[in-house]
Amino acid sequence: MNSYNFAYLDEQTKRMIRRAILKGLAVPGYQVPFASREMPMPYGWGTGGVQVSAAIMTPADRFKVIDQGSDDTTNAVSIRRFFERTAGVEVTETTTEATVIQTRHRIPEMPLTSGQILVYQVPIPEPLRFLEPSEVETRKMHSLEEYGLMHVKLYEDISQHGAIATAYAYPVKVEGRYVMDPSPIPKFDNPKLESPAIQLFGAGREQRIYALPPHTRVVSLDFEDFPFEANKADAACELCAADTSYLDEVIMDDAGHRMFVCSDTDFCASRRAAGHAGIQEAAI
Amino acid sequence: MKDMAPDTGVLLSVRGLSKFYGPRIGCKDVSFDLYPGEVMGIVGESGSGKSTLLNCLAGHLPTDHGEVLFSGRDGGLRDTLQMSEPERRMLGRTDWAFVHQHARDGLRMNVSAGGNVGERQMAVGARHYGAIRDSAIDWLGRVEIAEDRIDDRPTAFSGGMQQRLQIARNLITGPRLVFMDEPTGGLDVSVQARLLDLLRGLVREMGLSAVIVTHDLAVVRLLADRLMVMKDGHVVETGLTDQVLDDPQHGYTQLLVSSVLQV
Repeated sequence: MNSYNFAYLDEQTKRMIRRAILKGLAVPGYQVPFASREMPMPYGWGTGGVQVSAAIMTPADRFKVIDQGSDDTTNAVSIRRFFERTAGVEVTETTTEATVIQTRHRIPEMPLTSGQILVYQVPIPEPLRFLEPSEVETRKMHSLEEYGLMHVKLYEDISQHGAIATAYAYPVKVEGRYVMDPSPIPKFDNPKLESPAIQLFGAGREQRIYALPPHTRVVSLDFEDFPFEANKADAACELCAADTSYLDEVIMDDAGHRMFVCSDTDFCASRRAAGHAGIQEAAI
Repeated sequence: MKDMAPDTGVLLSVRGLSKFYGPRIGCKDVSFDLYPGEVMGIVGESGSGKSTLLNCLAGHLPTDHGEVLFSGRDGGLRDTLQMSEPERRMLGRTDWAFVHQHARDGLRMNVSAGGNVGERQMAVGARHYGAIRDSAIDWLGRVEIAEDRIDDRPTAFSGGMQQRLQIARNLITGPRLVFMDEPTGGLDVSVQARLLDLLRGLVREMGLSAVIVTHDLAVVRLLADRLMVMKDGHVVETGLTDQVLDDPQHGYTQLLVSSVLQV
């Protein structure tokens, strides 16, 4: 494939994105504007994540893509093939083998290690957006550290539902400074944001990049009497019997039968390969 | 240095404040002192510059000349116009309050009454849901809103209730100076009367200082200790409220007082 520059984007664009990434790493949680390019995919399909991945990728990298934890959905397969063709990098489905992991809405179950980079696809980078529609005003709130409004949102949750009902895109405070939207990951994944891996967030349509350097302190916002709780479905995976992983509930037939399975397909497959079997697997 | 002036007990001292809209005068050369517990009324017709003056005082509008010295909790007088924006916004959340004429300018209409009242507390660091809710309930009670309306949105409230909610939202952090822009504007007379009664009670009880802008002379008669009459951006007369209203000296004030309809 010589008809594309390595990893699709031209080198000038990659430099521009790398500068934004470096700035993001220097100011953890701060949304750095960047000149997002048109990509050969629609907005909302991970254009931000793809541009970040393209800018950081080297020929020696091993690339993995997950979509809601899964390696084999359309979004994951097409982005993985995209870089296979335009960069010629090795691809993998195994979390531990990957050096760059692009993700939509999940953090892998296997703990990430230093040397790995996790790239998030972000639809709406501004955590205050639904509370304050003006970008001018939200930027001012970030710069002046006026985050009372974020707690008003949590207050409303408790007053209406008796608990903090926000289940995904749960706002976090980074290094005691910026309030950040961790992209729509389930709040179950929030504790994993404190990681030895580098985490980069790309929002293509909104033209923002932000980052978490390794071991950054990330605190989920809460109230003293309603502390943050990372919860999941109260069940075990019916394929691999894992009871600590995040579960998807899958409807099996029109009669309403349903089963719980790991959302992280690689985690589930490797557990089954190691001999773990859930109730469904045992029945087959 | 003026900042080091001896503490004379003044809460707010305005010196030579001017604001121009291009060649037009917004307000010109306004000076006054406000002492703790004192309520100052500013009256004048539409376009006389009273709202411009209030917005300049509260830091909502940039000012062209003059000083607004405020006595902070640490004692000394500081020019709020020279403060950095974070400091001024902090002041706006703690020691100051601003009651808008239209309640929907001062409320978050898509947030429940409790969230509205609790926002200033959360903005200054309150992080205990139970405590925030308790004081929200307490304040709703003080402004005569039933406790069971706490989770309703302001859109479900009447105009008078919205205005009372706005007052609760502003006073919950115990400010020392309240700016009010036509607080009773657009309300019918019986609702106005209850609101005035409430405001008078709160001002007395909390020892608040207030600057109230209105065109309604009856409102200042009830609430204000001192009165300032504005016309075309200039202050034409100041004095004790009763004195100004009963024995107006300036021609315009005489016109204003005689224009009030008698029932």
